[in-house]
Amino acid sequence: MDNPEVPLAGLPPDNADPAEAETPSSPLPPASPLCTFALTVSLEEKHKFATRWYHWVNFPILSAMIFSGMLIYWAYDPYRIGIGSVTLFHFFPDWFYNTTGVNAQLARGMALHFALAWIFALNGIAYVIYTIVSGEWRELMPEAKSFREAALVALHDMGFKVPMPPQGRYNAAQRISYTAIVVMGGCSLITGLAIYKPAQLHWLTAALGGYEWARFEHFWLTMGYVAFFLVHIGQVIRAGWANFRSMVTGYDLVEAPQPEMPEESVHAE
Amino acid sequence: MPNKLTPEQEMSRRTRRGFLALGAGAAVAAGGWQWLNAGYQRGHDIPGPLRAILGFNERVVRGTLFSDQHLVKTYPASAIAKLKDNGDFGLDDDFDPDTWSLHVMPRGGGLPVTLSMDDLHALPRYEQTIDFKCVEGWSVVTQFAGARFSDFTAKFAPGSEKAGYVGMATPDGQYYVGLDTPSAMHPQTLLAYQMNGEHLADEHGAPLRLVIPVKYGIKNIKRIGRIAFGETQPPDYWQQRGYDFYAGL
Repeated sequence: MDNPEVPLAGLPPDNADPAEAETPSSPLPPASPLCTFALTVSLEEKHKFATRWYHWVNFPILSAMIFSGMLIYWAYDPYRIGIGSVTLFHFFPDWFYNTTGVNAQLARGMALHFALAWIFALNGIAYVIYTIVSGEWRELMPEAKSFREAALVALHDMGFKVPMPPQGRYNAAQRISYTAIVVMGGCSLITGLAIYKPAQLHWLTAALGGYEWARFEHFWLTMGYVAFFLVHIGQVIRAGWANFRSMVTGYDLVEAPQPEMPEESVHAE
Repeated sequence: MPNKLTPEQEMSRRTRRGFLALGAGAAVAAGGWQWLNAGYQRGHDIPGPLRAILGFNERVVRGTLFSDQHLVKTYPASAIAKLKDNGDFGLDDDFDPDTWSLHVMPRGGGLPVTLSMDDLHALPRYEQTIDFKCVEGWSVVTQFAGARFSDFTAKFAPGSEKAGYVGMATPDGQYYVGLDTPSAMHPQTLLAYQMNGEHLADEHGAPLRLVIPVKYGIKNIKRIGRIAFGETQPPDYWQQRGYDFYAGL
């Protein structure tokens, strides 16, 4: 299998049970010595350098923004889930502050938050401009059908026997969540500015419902990132190594030039 | 085809390069984090790089956003809530209001002036109900009445409005703030002697406190004993403990 001279490297062994083939209605023509070349693996670009750059810059910066935001939130932590006087969950319980060590560091939290916000904002704005200029927004923006299809994707991913709808670079659920996360980033920037300068930007603070509402919105957007992160990590683990590797290298090994093949490619190794 | 890598070899090469680059990026990020936080200790001043960035932010905000035409929102009296007493630095228990006086040091070594409450009551009285914002994140709608700091300066330290900074301290010097003069001259900056329709209580800074709604509460010094105008940044109690000097809203 490791011999680079063998063009068939990566093919299933000859004695593989044909019933186990990934695609029963294989678009490949019937086996013939010539046609087996159609199964040769090739490199395919999955993610542009710019996409990977913005993604991997944003990850540590957003993490640090959430961390420093926690240092700030600790100083006044009124939010909870509950009805009336019954609190189901208080953001956050003492054990959380004590185990994470985000207590009693408001000054440091503010300084970090207002320093790193520059990188968060500039990276995010550059990404949005890049997406528009390159036309990649077309692969990313939800379409009218995305909202129905996203339900099918979710059911499929939860293990129900629902066929995956055909997709481009991103499936319907990805289109919605990846666009939502960019919109949320913009909202975090706007609500953050409204809290940061509520006197000089009084019109903005007022448009968001006032100072306290802006802080509330800013907090829940952050909880949204945490929820996104958990689902995202779960999906990355499910999708496997080759998918993760493609977000680092930009490339993946795919079978044969069959560009219209709708199913996910079989990996060579 | 000699020298041509197979797709698998090309993928291995790109994987190696990609993860090396990611690792290098992670090292840069970790190094940057170390640099930003080097020497940090809880309760002490923040590290130099963070302080420098706060200074940069101040210049950006003063250069682009700040205007004394930008007024903070005012509220009807019905919106007033109870302001909690959140700091007693510089408020001695044995303070005697009868011996209080205000010492003012004008810009450029002018003669110091000593004032009484009567001098302040002689200035036009303004009343405003504003959302008082604590650096901790909470805010309370509170009504204050007093003299505009700009009127005060024009009358008792004329010319000092052109100073770069103004510093204020409690009579015992235990609490002190530094302010940029443009913020101090904002029309909503008051030397207040009344709160919510009553004379200032001791715990809220009797007999005279600063109300500067374009700053966080930490700059709203209680029981002012001394005011000095100058060109160098005055010492600031909470700046020395890691907070932003500007602390502007």
